[in-house]
Amino acid sequence: MEQLELLMGGFASALTPINLLWVLIGALLGTAVGVLPGLGSAMAVALLLPVTFSLEPTAAFIMFAGIYFGGLFGDSTSGILLNTPGHSSAIASTFEGHRMAKSGQAAKALVTCAIGAFIGGLIATTLVVFFAPTLVKMATVFGPAEYFALAVFAFLAISAVVSESVIRGIAALGIGLALALVGIDGPSGTARFTVGMPQLFDGISVIVITVGLLALGEVFHIASRIHRDPVATRIETKGRARLNLSDFKKALPAWLRGTAFGAPFGLIPAGGAEVPTFLAYGTEKQLAKRRDDPEFGTTGSIRGLAAPEAAANATAGTAMGALLALGLPTSATAAIMLAAFQQYGMQPGPLLFERSGNLVWALLASLFIGLVILVMINIPFASVWAKLLSIPKHYLYAGITVFSMLGVYAVSSAVLDLWLLIAIGLIGFLMRRYNIPLAPVLIAVILGPMAETELRRALAVSEGDLGILVDSPITVTLYLVLAAALALSAVQHLRHRASRKV
Amino acid sequence: MKKPLLNAVFGLVVALVAALAFVNAGTAGGTSTARNKLTLIAPAAPGGGWDGFAREGQQALKSGGVVNNAQVVNVPGAGGTIGLSQFVQMPGREDALLATGGVMVGAIELGDNPESMVDVVPIARLADDYAALVVPADSKFKTLDDFLAAWKQNPGGTSIGGGSLGSIDHLLSAMVAKTVGIDPRDVNYIAYSGGGEALTSLLSHTTSAGMSGYNEVSDQIEAGTLRALAISSDERLEGVDVPTFKEQGVDAAMSNWRGFVATPGITGEAKAELIRIVGEMRSSDHWQEALKRNNWTDTFTTGEEFEQYINNEVATAQQIVKDLGL
Repeated sequence: MEQLELLMGGFASALTPINLLWVLIGALLGTAVGVLPGLGSAMAVALLLPVTFSLEPTAAFIMFAGIYFGGLFGDSTSGILLNTPGHSSAIASTFEGHRMAKSGQAAKALVTCAIGAFIGGLIATTLVVFFAPTLVKMATVFGPAEYFALAVFAFLAISAVVSESVIRGIAALGIGLALALVGIDGPSGTARFTVGMPQLFDGISVIVITVGLLALGEVFHIASRIHRDPVATRIETKGRARLNLSDFKKALPAWLRGTAFGAPFGLIPAGGAEVPTFLAYGTEKQLAKRRDDPEFGTTGSIRGLAAPEAAANATAGTAMGALLALGLPTSATAAIMLAAFQQYGMQPGPLLFERSGNLVWALLASLFIGLVILVMINIPFASVWAKLLSIPKHYLYAGITVFSMLGVYAVSSAVLDLWLLIAIGLIGFLMRRYNIPLAPVLIAVILGPMAETELRRALAVSEGDLGILVDSPITVTLYLVLAAALALSAVQHLRHRASRKV
Repeated sequence: MKKPLLNAVFGLVVALVAALAFVNAGTAGGTSTARNKLTLIAPAAPGGGWDGFAREGQQALKSGGVVNNAQVVNVPGAGGTIGLSQFVQMPGREDALLATGGVMVGAIELGDNPESMVDVVPIARLADDYAALVVPADSKFKTLDDFLAAWKQNPGGTSIGGGSLGSIDHLLSAMVAKTVGIDPRDVNYIAYSGGGEALTSLLSHTTSAGMSGYNEVSDQIEAGTLRALAISSDERLEGVDVPTFKEQGVDAAMSNWRGFVATPGITGEAKAELIRIVGEMRSSDHWQEALKRNNWTDTFTTGEEFEQYINNEVATAQQIVKDLGL
């Protein structure tokens, strides 16, 4: 229990009144920037980083922890309330979270989210404290063949989201893959579908696609329904910012399932936080189907929000572990943190714990403090945030439009992104009009390029030998689990059909 | 009770919008003198390579009192060429510098960009670092010769992982191949988007060897998980116990340089002033510390010498890209 002792030492140096003030300020600022659509946690850390430079290292780290978790939390807040997730890891939480908000349970959704973030982050950070050096070994057994198997697995595991209408689902996947193909092809350097515009060389940003489809598409949709739908100028917020026992009973297993998905993913560099959030969402959707949960996909299921949110924060927690112990930035936010650590002469990597042990333990203790402060300030604030929805609809949606544009422009300072945003918003509007699901588009945008690149890398390394794809125990296991799951669902499907015919 | 809450939320939103607007107004505003306010454009996302470089510069300019106010603007995309093309479109701005370097030269050649290094005014080269050829500690390649022998025999089966296409890692791999008599087109180069990913590909034994920035892997080398076979500097670096390619009989050297350039069409006077500013920045304590912290080699060069250097770099990159058949 040497770690525990060291961690206590970390707490001792981190827990001073002035440091608590810093973490509070950090959490508030981080949440505030994260809440703006498009401006996710990565931007929050980048913008606020210079602020911490003038502090002494421990104070800076503790403020950082606040900003880091605050930004992550803000990402989901805007997703739930306005359907504009600040970062791609919050997309999966947005689906059910926004449905909950629309059916008047915004405050409850935010509380679920805050507690989920807390549980996911807490478990993941604890894992890092005790097992960091062992955990990072896991990262090194993942080669391209394993990543490809993982992507295939994720694709099929979440295909539940396309199950209402297979054709519409596949059409949506197609739209997503088409959007994802734009840009320079990594392995060969060829430009694809860029119509000769250098601005498109890096592809269309996931944020532009998400904000366009979800937020702007919704705005167009609402606008098109004026005078057609019964007049309802504001969304009712009847729910209280409190989880009763039955909610808690529903959410707790979902939080834990989400954490189990998220924690391992923070360690591997590709895929980032999106894959586990979608996996968690897909699992909850399957479970809801089995239970005949009527809330899922209609008024919003608390489980469908709890799991992806816990998964996102668990990933963020272990990503910090990978960053510290291996020097591997597994996300954009982690890359900025890496730069920040170097400012204090701390070089994350295999030698970090030996070289600057005191600072590391203070940092890890700060992460715990940051989580606690965040949940403390966000539960009372949930009902305040939810008040945002009391703004009459026409103002609210005008506001969403402005903030979407502002957020997207602030990230890239490219006018082209604004045009793309509008175009994708129109696609989103048409998809709503013709009842095509939006989730598969986002899944394809995130998993498609990963599957493609990893497959090609695997084949490049093996010089075209397909055998490499089933050459390791991990890939074989993944494919076997996949085959078993497919067989199971096929049997269920046939039985379901047979019983319906009778 | 309702009103104050709403007001608070609105107040927060307004404050944030205003803050962002001021930032934007600052960058979009008219020309001012460089001593008063200097804008450093980092053609990379926050956290990217040039972002770190530009932000170190910003700190040095501010803390050394060289300019009153310095700010960094990120224009990410396409190996820095998006930033370059935006920069070229503001000719005559005497209060702006673009961070640039070897990666941009490679990206220009690879992407057939309309803008190139000819369109900007070179100010100063400031800091270099070098790439190293590394293998996992348990690899059968103990020396560069072991590796080269296997590579020559089977270029396809001996894959090399490294940064994106057009990066120093990629160009250097092709250069080494050509020098030892392997057709650069036969090199099985696996491109990764960042040093971190390339590093895991090595640790998971996906690729046979890795070409990576020395500073990114130096800790792994010291911890004994990786072994460095050669480094791309001209001469041995102080405090780095890795032999160069040259001393092992492979005539290949390349550096990942970083520097600043100014907008096209500035007056000779403005150019001289910018060179003075960067020179003062370089001698500031903060910059000297930054060099040490980032393990950058101080390669301060200005004026004609720097222009000549860029010309050579462009010619080398052009030749390699041609050899690669891209």
